[in-house]
Amino acid sequence: MPQIKCTDLSLGYGSQEILTGLSFEVNAGDYLCIVGENGSGKTTLMKTLLGLNKPLSGSIEFSDGVTSRKIGYLPQQTDVQRDFPASVQEIVLSGCLGRDGFRPFYSKADKALAAQNMERMNITKLKKRCYRELSGGQQQRVLLARALCATEKILLLDEPVAGLDPKVTADMYELIDSLNKDGVTIIMISHDVDKAVQYASHILHIGSELFFGTRDEYIAKEGAHHD
Amino acid sequence: MTDIFSTLAFYLERNFVVNALIVGVLIALCSSLLGVTLVLKRYSFIGDGLSHVAFGAMAVAAVVGLTNEMPLVLVITVISAVLLLRMGKNAKIKGDAAIAMISVGSLAIGYLLMNLFSTSSNLSGDVCSTLFGSTSILTLTSFDVWMCIILSMIVVLFFILFYNKIFSVTFDESFARATGQKAGLYNLLIAIVIAVIIVVSMQLVGSLLISALVIFPALSAMRVFKSFKSVTVCAAIVSVISALIGLLTSILAGTPVGSTIVAVDIVVFILFSVIGKFTNGGKA
Ligand SMILES: Nc1ncnc2c1ncn2[C@@H]1O[C@H](COP(=O)(O)OP(=O)(O)OP(=O)(O)O)[C@@H](O)[C@H]1O
Ligand SMILES: [Mg+2]
Repeated sequence: MPQIKCTDLSLGYGSQEILTGLSFEVNAGDYLCIVGENGSGKTTLMKTLLGLNKPLSGSIEFSDGVTSRKIGYLPQQTDVQRDFPASVQEIVLSGCLGRDGFRPFYSKADKALAAQNMERMNITKLKKRCYRELSGGQQQRVLLARALCATEKILLLDEPVAGLDPKVTADMYELIDSLNKDGVTIIMISHDVDKAVQYASHILHIGSELFFGTRDEYIAKEGAHHD
Repeated sequence: MTDIFSTLAFYLERNFVVNALIVGVLIALCSSLLGVTLVLKRYSFIGDGLSHVAFGAMAVAAVVGLTNEMPLVLVITVISAVLLLRMGKNAKIKGDAAIAMISVGSLAIGYLLMNLFSTSSNLSGDVCSTLFGSTSILTLTSFDVWMCIILSMIVVLFFILFYNKIFSVTFDESFARATGQKAGLYNLLIAIVIAVIIVVSMQLVGSLLISALVIFPALSAMRVFKSFKSVTVCAAIVSVISALIGLLTSILAGTPVGSTIVAVDIVVFILFSVIGKFTNGGKA
């Protein structure tokens, strides 16, 4: 049973179509990389998977305990407020809220989960720090820890390394890879096809040409192109 | 010096002054709580629009001849809050323009109504006190005081129970939505509570100065503190202390209550900006 199965999906805003005929599936433990040109609809696809946008047509089926509400996510260029006063701990804890329903305060389990995920992202010593004063890479880790508090099953990452320097970028890829090895399904949007090919198990290419398949199929196809 | 204290003691023996202080403190507390959210969620425009709506509603209440205006004003303002929120979301009607229309519209209609139907001999005085609050704080009826106490309790209770959710939808609404938090519902509740705060605060500072009461303490606190919790707590304390200082000053010096409190808020803001500069090395 795939965790997510998209069939003949059309994406867009209002009457404007951006992408049509999209079909792919994601199984537990997969590492799917979504690549494509700027403006090809990657972020739109991600928002649709998250239930923030409605697909124009086609279907998205979730199973294996996953729903659009049980997906952790890391936004592209955080649209969070620039000068928001918030400590790292407060932000990470807020990842637990989706599960809490109307319970007004965090439980012991929530706090333990937040502490564990901060440890995992190696930001425990930053937990009292102010988010807006952290470096880009540190901020990404904070948001990743928050996403992990929301889910253990699937993480959606929209260009998680944009704007990071090469060293921090490499660390970030390793971190994401280690999460995947822990059993977290990863869906990542990336502009770096080389890295995508290096880490991903599956590739979804959208834009002028649609492609969905395993990494090896993608390499074979790309190789054939170049010859 | 002893003079000031004896005057103060004289006033504090008066019930209406004590009432004013109680109400002032409660209002200051409530209005500061959602300040951060209002500033950062770009809801300040809703706050502004609503305070003008509240003015219009006040005029209607006065024209109809209600003795207790607050319930009617409260109902109208809450309904407008819900409508404004809906409009803000609707991309087709430009949110800001719609709000400007409503807020300026109700200001004009409110004044017109008062002008046409008011039986008061001191019309401009009435208008002025609705807009700037003037001395109405010292003439509170016990109904006003109780209403204010109850509404403040509701606001504080709401804030405590929904504190984490308010943080979450203010910080990153998309994430909140995507992970199954009821962001729409929380936004609605926040808008309603803002409306309640505005109606309550109107008694203290009048409709034109409400935004200042809501926003200044939050901005001051944000200069110095860095977590949501510390900013919230600091804003509440700053707001209450400024309100007390402002109230006492206005009683002693005979200055208008609303503008005195806002003036104190401004002084505090400048003070905190300077402190912030020094403690953050000028970063913030
Ligand atoms: N809210 C919106 N309303 C209408 N059109 C939109 C909206 N958001 C994006 N679009 C359009 O949809 C198309 C796809 O945008 P999207 O953000 O999904 O691209 P992307 O693949 O993520 O690009 P990038 O690599 O630059 O992040 C673009 O042409 C964009 O102009
Ligand atoms: Mg994008």
